[in-house]
Amino acid sequence: MTSTALKGPSSPVLEVRNIVKTFGGVTALNDVSLDLLPGEVLCLAGENGCGKSTLIKIISGAEKPDSGEIIVDGNTYSSMDPTDAIKSGIQVIYQDFSLFPNLTVAENIILTSAVADRRRLYSGRAARPAAQAIVDELGLHLDLDADVERLSVADKQLTAICRALVSDARVLIMDEPTTALTHTEVDRLFVIVERLRSRGVGLIFVSHKLDEVLKISQRVAILRSGKNVVTSPASMLDPRAIALHMTGQELDETRHVSELDAQSEIVLELEGLGLRGAYEDVSFTLRRGEILGVTGLLGSGRTEIAEALFGVVPHDSGVVKVNGTPVRLHSINDAIDAGIGYVPEDRLTQGLFMDKSIADNIIAGSPNEHTTRFGTLDLRAVRETIQGLFARLRVKAPNVQAPVRSLSGGNAQRVVLAKWLARRPRILMLNGPTVGVDIGSKAEILGILRAEAAAGMGVIVISDDAPELVACCHRVLVVRHGRVVEILEGDDVAVDTIREKVAA
Amino acid sequence: MSGASLAIPDRLRLLRGANNEGVLAVVLLALIVAMSIANPAFFTLPTAFSILRSSIVPLIFALGVLMVIISGGIDVSFAAIAVFAAYTTVRALQSGTPDLGLIGAFALALLIGASLGVINGFLIAKFRLPTLIVTLGTQGIFKGALLTYVGSRYIADLPTSMAHVSTTNLFEVSTPTGSAYLHVLVVPAVLLAMGLAWVLRSTMFGRSIYAIGGDVEAARRAGIRVMRTQVAVYVIAGTMAAAGGMIYVIMGRSASPQILVGSELDIIAAVVLGGASIFGGRGSVLGTALGVILVQVIYNSLILAGVPSAWQRTAVGVLLIIGVGIQAVASRRSSRASVIDETHQKQEVPA
Ligand SMILES: Nc1ncnc2c1ncn2[C@@H]1O[C@H](COP(=O)(O)OP(=O)(O)O)[C@@H](O)[C@H]1O
Ligand SMILES: [Mg+2]
Repeated sequence: MTSTALKGPSSPVLEVRNIVKTFGGVTALNDVSLDLLPGEVLCLAGENGCGKSTLIKIISGAEKPDSGEIIVDGNTYSSMDPTDAIKSGIQVIYQDFSLFPNLTVAENIILTSAVADRRRLYSGRAARPAAQAIVDELGLHLDLDADVERLSVADKQLTAICRALVSDARVLIMDEPTTALTHTEVDRLFVIVERLRSRGVGLIFVSHKLDEVLKISQRVAILRSGKNVVTSPASMLDPRAIALHMTGQELDETRHVSELDAQSEIVLELEGLGLRGAYEDVSFTLRRGEILGVTGLLGSGRTEIAEALFGVVPHDSGVVKVNGTPVRLHSINDAIDAGIGYVPEDRLTQGLFMDKSIADNIIAGSPNEHTTRFGTLDLRAVRETIQGLFARLRVKAPNVQAPVRSLSGGNAQRVVLAKWLARRPRILMLNGPTVGVDIGSKAEILGILRAEAAAGMGVIVISDDAPELVACCHRVLVVRHGRVVEILEGDDVAVDTIREKVAA
Repeated sequence: MSGASLAIPDRLRLLRGANNEGVLAVVLLALIVAMSIANPAFFTLPTAFSILRSSIVPLIFALGVLMVIISGGIDVSFAAIAVFAAYTTVRALQSGTPDLGLIGAFALALLIGASLGVINGFLIAKFRLPTLIVTLGTQGIFKGALLTYVGSRYIADLPTSMAHVSTTNLFEVSTPTGSAYLHVLVVPAVLLAMGLAWVLRSTMFGRSIYAIGGDVEAARRAGIRVMRTQVAVYVIAGTMAAAGGMIYVIMGRSASPQILVGSELDIIAAVVLGGASIFGGRGSVLGTALGVILVQVIYNSLILAGVPSAWQRTAVGVLLIIGVGIQAVASRRSSRASVIDETHQKQEVPA
C-alpha cells in the first residue's frame, strides 16, 4: 500500500482552503489552508489557543467556518455536517473525547457509526462483538460493559480511539491524543498509527510533545494566532525550530530556582504517612517558599499521596503537620481549612465548571475569603480578585465572562490555578500542571508558580515531566512502589538523574 | 483480579439493575409484606387490582416524563396538556360534533396533545431554553387558554362511546373477600410501557435520547440530530399526556378543567424513585413502573393506616427528596469507589 504514498504528488484525501473563523471578537482562524495526503501523518502544532481544535471542529462539522471551503474526494463543502464528515470517512478523537458518560464502553464505540449509517434500530447484543473486535485488534483491555463515566482518563481516551477506528476511517484526526497516556500506551498508539498509514489513511495529529511529533509525522503544519505560518517536512525541523515558529521567540527552559533560606519555616511535614495497598512510610517536609517536585511512574502512589493530603482518600497511618501542628485530613474540607489546595490531574472534569464563566470559576472556591463584615459577599473584592488574577495569569480570552469550555487547554489550566490562588492557600499541590499545555504557556505557568512560591507559598508539583521538574523545583522526591525512595537536592536535580531514579 | 472474584460482584450488579431497579423491587416487596402483616385486608386480590387500576394514568404520564428526563430535561406541563386535550375533546364531542366513536375521540385528543408537545419541543430545542422554565410557562399558558377559549364547565355526562369503556373490565375473579375486577384500560397502559421500553432499548431514536441526556455537545458531534430528537421527545410526551388525560376522564366518567391539579409531584417522584437521573441520561421503563406502583402502594397504605389525606402529599414529597438524595449519595459513593478501584488497578501496572 505504500505505493499510494509514493506515487508522486498523489491527490490529497482532504483539502482545507482559506478557512476563516471568528468567535465574537476573537479571530480563531485567519485564512488557513492545508492538505492531507493518503498515508501520511500531518502534525498540527501551535501554542494553546492558536486555533488547532477549532480547525479540527470545522473539518468534522462541529463548527461552521465564516468563509473558506473543505474539499474531500473532489467534493467541495462550504461547511461540513457531522454526518457528512463521518460518511466521507473523517473521524475525530476530540480533545475532550466527546464520549457519552452514561453509556457503556461498547455502546460508545458503536453508536456514532450507527448514527452515520442512518440506522433505525439498535441492538446492544450485536454491538458488543463489533466493539470487542476493535478492542482486540488494538490489543487493549477495556471493560466493554462499564459505563464510561467510571473509566480512568486513559481508558476514556482509548474508548474514543476505538470509536474512531471502528468504522473505516480515511482521515483520522487526533486532538492531543497522547496527553493522558503512559509511555507504553503511546507506543501502542503509534503502532496503530503506522498500521493505519500503511492502509492509506491520512492522519492529522495534534500534540505538544515535540519529540513525539517529530517521531510520528511526515509533515508538520504550524499555526500561530490562527495563521498557518509554516508547513514543512518533519525531517527539516527540530524541536527548537518548531518552538520558534510556534511562539515567534526563543524560549528559556533552564533551571531557575530561588535561593531558599535554610531558616525559612516548615509549612508542611509528613511523618510515616501510609495507606494500605497504596503507599507507606512517606515522610518529607516542605518549606515556605519552596517548590517540591514529586515524581514516579503512574501507579507508584504519587497521586494517592497528594489525594491523602487533600483529604480525598484519607491516609490510615502517620501524621501530617501544617505549620508544626498536627492536622486531621479526613475530608477535602479539612484540607482546605488547613490551607492546602490541590489542582487535580484531570482538570477538565475535576477542577472546573465548564459551562460557567471564567469569573465564576475563579471565585467558585473562595466565597468565604471575600465577605464583608456582615457576612455578605464583598462584590468589590470579588471583582478585584477576578480581574487581578485574570490579568496576572494572562488568561487568553475576550473577557472574564467567557465560558471556560471555550478556552484552550493552557488557558483552562490558568483558570484552575486562578481558582486556587483566589483562596490564597499556604500549600498548593499541582498534579501535572502543564499536561496538555504548549511550551509557551508552560514556561509562563512555571513562572507563576515561582512567583507564588517567592511570595511565601509552599508548592508541590507532581509530574512526569523531568525537564519541568528541573526547571522549577528546589528538591525532587522520587516515589516507587508506594515509598519515597529518593529525595534529590541541588545538583542532583537533573533530567538524567530523575529519569534514572524513576525507572530504577 | 481473577475471574472468580469478579463473578459475584458482577452478578450483584446484574441483580441490582442498571438503575437500581432491583433495590426498588425489594423495597416494594418489603413494603407489601409489612403492610400485609400489619393489616391482612391489604393482601387481597381486590386491593392488588385496585392499585393496578389507580396506577394506569400515573404510569402513562410517568412514561412521557421518563423520556423527557432521560433526554436531560424535565416536563411539568404534562398535566396541563392532559387536561387541555381531554377536556377539549369531550367539549367538542358534546357540542354537536357527530360522535366520533372511541377511536375518533382518542385520535383528536392525541392530536391536540402532540400539537402542544410541539410547542414545548420547539421552544426548548430551537432556543435551547431551560426545560423547567419553558414547561412551567407553557403549563400556565395551556391552562389559561383552556379556561378562556374552551370553557370551565364541569361535564358530568360523557359521550356514550367513552362512558361505555369506563365500566368494562378485562376480567373478574371471585375471592372470599368479594369480587375483584381488573379494569380493561390496564391493557393500553401495559402496551404503552412495553412499546416505550422497546423504543428506548432497541431503536436509534431511543439511544439518541440517552446520548443527548448524557452529553448534548457530544451528541451533536456524533451527528445525532439533536433538535429533531428533542422535538420528537416532547411531542411524544405531549401525546402520552393526552392519552393519560383521556383515560383519566373516562375512568372518572366526568371532565373538568380542574382535574389532575398537582399530580405533577406524584409523577415526577415516581420516575425519580424509579431510578431515572434528574441530571439526564439514565432511567428505565421497568424502574418507572415500579416507582409508580410504589407510590400507589404507599398512598394505599396511608389510607388503610388512616393517615389524613393532607399528609399523603407530604409523604410523597418526602419520598421524592429521599429518592433524589439516594441518587446523589450513590453517585458520590461510586465516584469515590472508582478512585479506590483505580488505585488498585494502578498497582498492577508493572513499574
Ligand atoms: N466556542 C468558542 N467560543 C468563543 N471562543 C472560542 C470558542 N472555541 C474556541 N474559542 C477561541 O478560539 C481560539 C482558538 O481555540 P482552540 O482552537 O481551542 O485552540 P487550540 O486547540 O489550538 O489550543 C482561542 O482563543 C479560544 O479561546
Ligand atoms: Mg485544543
